[in-house]
Amino acid sequence: MIRNLGIVIGLFFTVVLLYSFGVGAYTHITEPATKTAKKVFHKYPRDAGMPSDGIFGKFDKAQLQRGYGVYKEVCSACHSLEQVAFRNLTDIGYNEDEVKAIAASFQVPAVDPDTGEATTRDGLPADKFPAVYPNNIAAAAANNNAIPPDLSLITKARKDGSNYLYSLLTGYQEPPAELAKNFPDDVPGPTTHYNPYFENLNIAMAQPIVIDDQVTYADGTKATVDQMAKDVTAFLTWTAEPKLEKRKQTGLAVLAFLLIFTVLAYLSYRNIWADKKH
Amino acid sequence: MSFPWAKQYNPTNPAMQWIDERLPLPRLVYNAIGAGYPVPRNLNYFWNFGVLAGFALVVQIISGVILAMHYAPNALVAFDSVEHIMRDVNWGWMMRYMHANGASFFFIVIYIHMFRGLYYSSYKAPREMIWLLGMVIYLLAMATAFMGYVLPWGQMSFWGAKVITGLFSAIPLIGPTLQEWLLGGFAPDNAALNRFFSLHYLLPFVIAGVIILHVWALHIPGSSNPTGVEVKQQSDTVPFHPYYTAKDGFGLGVYLLIFCAVMFFAPNFLGHADNYIPANPISTPAHIVPEWYFWPFYAILRAFTVDFLFIPAKLLGVLAMFASILLLFFLPWLDRSPVRSGKYRPLFRIFFWIFVANIIVLAYCGGATAEEPYVMISQISSAYYFAHFLIILPIISRIERPDPLPASITEAVLGKDSDDSAPVGIPETRDGPATQPAE
Ligand code: HEC
Ligand code: HEM
Repeated sequence: MIRNLGIVIGLFFTVVLLYSFGVGAYTHITEPATKTAKKVFHKYPRDAGMPSDGIFGKFDKAQLQRGYGVYKEVCSACHSLEQVAFRNLTDIGYNEDEVKAIAASFQVPAVDPDTGEATTRDGLPADKFPAVYPNNIAAAAANNNAIPPDLSLITKARKDGSNYLYSLLTGYQEPPAELAKNFPDDVPGPTTHYNPYFENLNIAMAQPIVIDDQVTYADGTKATVDQMAKDVTAFLTWTAEPKLEKRKQTGLAVLAFLLIFTVLAYLSYRNIWADKKH
Repeated sequence: MSFPWAKQYNPTNPAMQWIDERLPLPRLVYNAIGAGYPVPRNLNYFWNFGVLAGFALVVQIISGVILAMHYAPNALVAFDSVEHIMRDVNWGWMMRYMHANGASFFFIVIYIHMFRGLYYSSYKAPREMIWLLGMVIYLLAMATAFMGYVLPWGQMSFWGAKVITGLFSAIPLIGPTLQEWLLGGFAPDNAALNRFFSLHYLLPFVIAGVIILHVWALHIPGSSNPTGVEVKQQSDTVPFHPYYTAKDGFGLGVYLLIFCAVMFFAPNFLGHADNYIPANPISTPAHIVPEWYFWPFYAILRAFTVDFLFIPAKLLGVLAMFASILLLFFLPWLDRSPVRSGKYRPLFRIFFWIFVANIIVLAYCGGATAEEPYVMISQISSAYYFAHFLIILPIISRIERPDPLPASITEAVLGKDSDDSAPVGIPETRDGPATQPAE
């Protein structure tokens, strides 16, 4: 009974699937899928070579501070960093006074103690980085209808995030001639910019890091475009995963312990079974 | 029940004696996973995965309870509360990565456990109830994992919840109302998030209860084994403790090594980047996919692309997806071959491995974009999935000529039907001394 019912149900689904396959295969042959611009021109990220990569990877604090400089001087005009508190900056090597000064250079929302009205005050270390725009409508209005995303988690919110961010920042270029020839609908418009690493090739953000020495580095590192892109990528890798170093250190210790445990467990297994063929 | 030669609990420690007389819990444990449970001596490493599944569940419950102390199930703050756990809570990042990767590893273990059952036909009489309870655990685990994935309230959480509850809207007449009722609104929002949290906390304890039934049912006939030949005599078995506790200890070490390597060094590898973007009801992700352990079923769902006999394609997909899981409940009655182990079933073995390859293809298509050629491949693969269980298996069990079985587990291991080193003086066969042939 169950088997007969099963065979009927099985035949039904099999027939429907083979029929759907037939229809799909027929359309696939009669109307071959048109190539999209994305298929032809989209590129996978290049390797940014972050010092935090690999199982022994560590952050380079000097680089994180330079990266913070790039964020502060360039990106923070449009992008917020709302998951990060100023006090967290002690993790990348700033001392408490420096953190206080950095916090005070931002204005955070507050309530006027006398009138109760909304106002702003200087940031404190315990505050998080404030929003750049009061809301998404204001953000879109200021950026040709595109909303600059919060950057706190950006390197985890994109596939292969750190490499992607570095590639995106250094990937701006003239659209190839074949793009205009074969895909006239996909050429950048008046407010978008060609970037083969971006999902749909045309990003609403103008190239943010344009020329060497756009940001002044205090530690004497040469501020090339490539270097600045790497540094801000390192910084945003840290903001997305501030516990990365601790995670890897803990992981190594745990694995070492487990290795010893497993070897001992194996020996005792062999020992207990020594007299039993199995 | 147990075999007549099972050791009896005989505590020498007065404290244990005292407890055992008042509450025979030590006795229960001794008979369930101690020296009082005789187990076939020839189990291979695939028999480690039941214990590993239990361990994985405990890891989920412990890490989950700790996460729940810091998590806030409110659509406005859920995403930020998870980031708070990652950044500010002591070892919070570890708890979260443990729980997120632990879910994936739970399914890896369960799938190996289930494929073990398929290959060795552990679902056959007298073990049907073990299999049925296992399927209940599996369904509950899928529901739990789905609702857990909604909790961080990222883009994939939101759109996953919308797509999966949307499946119910394909049901004629009552569908849309049903979806609205499930979500507590027209789209996932606070109401949905809160009830998912409540159920996500509840279901693992229900699973734990069903596991107790599962193991209880297991102890009636005892474990099966790679030969599929039932235990006949004492020399076929060893006491669970210390033999299998030692083997399970080693298995646990290997499992933890792999689990921790992923959890500490590639904690986001099994997840989806979009879930680090806060949920946004007005921006649909380019590519909505569930977690990897649902991919084969997602491929079946999407394989139905054309209406058939006035049945809309979407409804067909939903029916097929649920059917593909539910048919596993009927497996004990679909496969009627009297031989259990695939080791002695030459024809079955070929189709078993085709089936495994097919599932991997289906999973790949389920994770890929809904474009050609993946849709066509998943149509063929889904058809094969149904054909395997509903057509091929019943036919094989009729036409196959199995290889000769060993007379007993002892013979399979030692080459002769008795173990001279076995202790004497206790009833040796299953039916007791009366029927024991003189040796
Ligand atoms: C003038 C304002 C502005 C500045 C300055 C700016 N951005 Fe952007 N950014 C935008 C806008 C607008 C978008 C949205 C683009 C879109 O959706 O097409 C964006 C998008 C992005 C994205 C997301 C791309 C994606 O995959 O969706 C990243 C990453 C990013 N910016 C990084 C940066 C970094 C790093 C800096 C500093 C070096 C920076 N931006 C400076 C306006 C800006
Ligand atoms: C949380 C999930 C689960 C736990 C903790 C669990 C636990 C166990 C344990 C401890 C055993 C005995 C050891 C072994 O044979 O591996 C077992 C056996 C078994 N399980 Fe599960 N199980 C789970 C899920 C499932 C599922 C989803 C299925 C299948 C649908 C299943 C089917 C079986 C079967 C058929 C056996 C008997 C195997 C035999 O004796 O040959 N289990 N389970």
